[in-house]
Amino acid sequence: MTDIAAAPPKAGRSLWADAWARLKANKAAMVSAYYLVFIAVLCIAGPWFTPHQFTTIYQDYNRVPPSLSAYPKPEMLDLAVTDAVRRSRVDLLSWEQKDGKIYITVTSAKPIDERMTRYIDRSSVFEGAQIVDKSADGLKVILSAEIERKYFFFGTDNSGRDLLTRTLVAGRVSLAIGLLAGLVAVVIGVLYGAAAGFLGGRTDEVLMRIVDILYSLPFIFFVIMLVVFFGRNFVLMFLAVGAVLWLDMARIVRGQALSIKRQEYVQAAEALGVTRTGILLRHVVPNLLGPVVIYMTLLVPQVIILESFLSFLGLGVQEPMASWGVLISQGANNMPGANWLLFFPSLFLTTTLFALNFIGDGLRDALDPKDR
Amino acid sequence: MLRYVIRRLLTAIPTLFVIVTISFFLMRVAPGGPFNQEKGLNPDIKANLERVYHLDESLLMQYLRYLWNLVRGDFGPTYTSPDFTVAERFANGLPVSIQLGGMALILALLIGGALGIIAALHQNKWEDYSVIATATAGSTIPTFVIAPLFQLFFALSLKWFPVGGWGDGALINKVGPVLTLMLPQLAIVARLMRGSMIESLHSHHIRTARALGLSDYAIIIRHALRGALLPVVSYAGPAAAALLTGSVIVETIFSIPGVGREFVFSALNRDYTMVMGTVVVIALFTISFNLIVDILYAVVDPRVRYD
Repeated sequence: MTDIAAAPPKAGRSLWADAWARLKANKAAMVSAYYLVFIAVLCIAGPWFTPHQFTTIYQDYNRVPPSLSAYPKPEMLDLAVTDAVRRSRVDLLSWEQKDGKIYITVTSAKPIDERMTRYIDRSSVFEGAQIVDKSADGLKVILSAEIERKYFFFGTDNSGRDLLTRTLVAGRVSLAIGLLAGLVAVVIGVLYGAAAGFLGGRTDEVLMRIVDILYSLPFIFFVIMLVVFFGRNFVLMFLAVGAVLWLDMARIVRGQALSIKRQEYVQAAEALGVTRTGILLRHVVPNLLGPVVIYMTLLVPQVIILESFLSFLGLGVQEPMASWGVLISQGANNMPGANWLLFFPSLFLTTTLFALNFIGDGLRDALDPKDR
Repeated sequence: MLRYVIRRLLTAIPTLFVIVTISFFLMRVAPGGPFNQEKGLNPDIKANLERVYHLDESLLMQYLRYLWNLVRGDFGPTYTSPDFTVAERFANGLPVSIQLGGMALILALLIGGALGIIAALHQNKWEDYSVIATATAGSTIPTFVIAPLFQLFFALSLKWFPVGGWGDGALINKVGPVLTLMLPQLAIVARLMRGSMIESLHSHHIRTARALGLSDYAIIIRHALRGALLPVVSYAGPAAAALLTGSVIVETIFSIPGVGREFVFSALNRDYTMVMGTVVVIALFTISFNLIVDILYAVVDPRVRYD
């Protein structure tokens, strides 16, 4: 404070430049922002680069644990060979593994049809099966097949689907729903709250009484009725969920609007003959923006939790599509045997929620005019 | 004070009426009915069932009938378990939810409050930071993540507690549900307590008390805490109403026969009377606890007066 006189005159910083500088100084918020961008990019682009589709079922890899090395593991080969040969309806004599290929000797009571190699190919472990050698009577055949090397960094689920791809695809759904429903809630809340705050008087009273009544209805009841109403269309459903979450936003915006309306600079603008639209755009909207932005960042995690909660109850996103909530619920049902099914989706969901909350807190600190 | 309480109770009646009306019609507008789920139900039997429960009457008639029964204290029969009335199902489920929710609430207020005070007294020291970290974690990690993790570590791996079930109210069965219910509340209470305690400690009357040479204990407990309690009290009201009427997530994960779980499944099965009953009970809890909060205000803060 002592060097005010000595400091050269500086150009004043705008509200937003100031807020930005303060936000940049907040380490937790900045790290969270980078993390969130990272997660978003990972979820959006990731599924194109993972070697699996989120719907592909590998029947030989049910509930395999996460691993950095490739599947099949050496000890799994025996079972895979036995299964594939059994499906071809022939008897296994012996098998051996030689430079990345597998050689299987099979026999049968009837002459072996060469098309049986298809059954070997159908296994998710082998590909390119062909007949190498055949005995004269056609009762004994030696097959060769490539071993398909697959990576399941997060393991697979009950049906043998890659958890990594599914977690990323689920992230797309959860984040998209969070943003979508958050946006719907903000738009409705801002319009409603602003209308109540500016029109004032009777209108305000009626509008806010409606909000009070909606508040006292059990929220979960409301949501379930909407779910029932919109059925399995989850985009519509989350528009509806967004339409339920606007109550807080409306209250906040109304309060702000009421106080801004009485500010001296608004009265001055009115006295100078600025039009209502002018006042609205120049004074009211910028002043409303702060709380709206803060509330939106806190609303998105709420929506993501709500979506996960609904999916957990089996009301949200439906198979084969997934959201983090769907995956966590599947994980919780498979717990003692397959921890990774619970662990990875929970990790993604929780860290994302942390990041969103830190950004929200950071924005609140940065934009709070009381805290300068 | 008594007049204030009576007036508040009277204004609760129109609120309840509006809530009942909205939820009644909201539920009836939704497609499906209580007897649509059962596959291949003979149309005659269905018609008979609907006649028994007066579902064949006009909606308005049904609504008036429901209101009249409600005024007489009759919540009606349930559709999904014909042997019980709604009141009987509450008599079974509500004590369970109240026990769990009540324990969680009391623990959250005591531990959360204590943590908040400790954090405020050691602002910006390690005690403060660890409380903030706990509070952030507790309020961010969703219940449906914490509950399965609890089961995984403490029930399945360490075998300290049963994985789920009510076990006729054995204490060991309550540990998991109570802890998972408590954690998010504890986090919020600690945060509120810390904030208001810091503010309270900076106020003039505390400075005066220090200048007068009062002991730390007297300053903190008798003077600072009292002013700092208001935000916690106003949070605790709605939180109590929500906790005591059961949590669907916790009750589902731990297989607890409480009203929270029943509420959701009744709504999904269009058990109209059961859902309406729960809505009314939740509303009654909410209204009562808001009233209790307002009365507590006057007790905690002598500046608040009602007449």
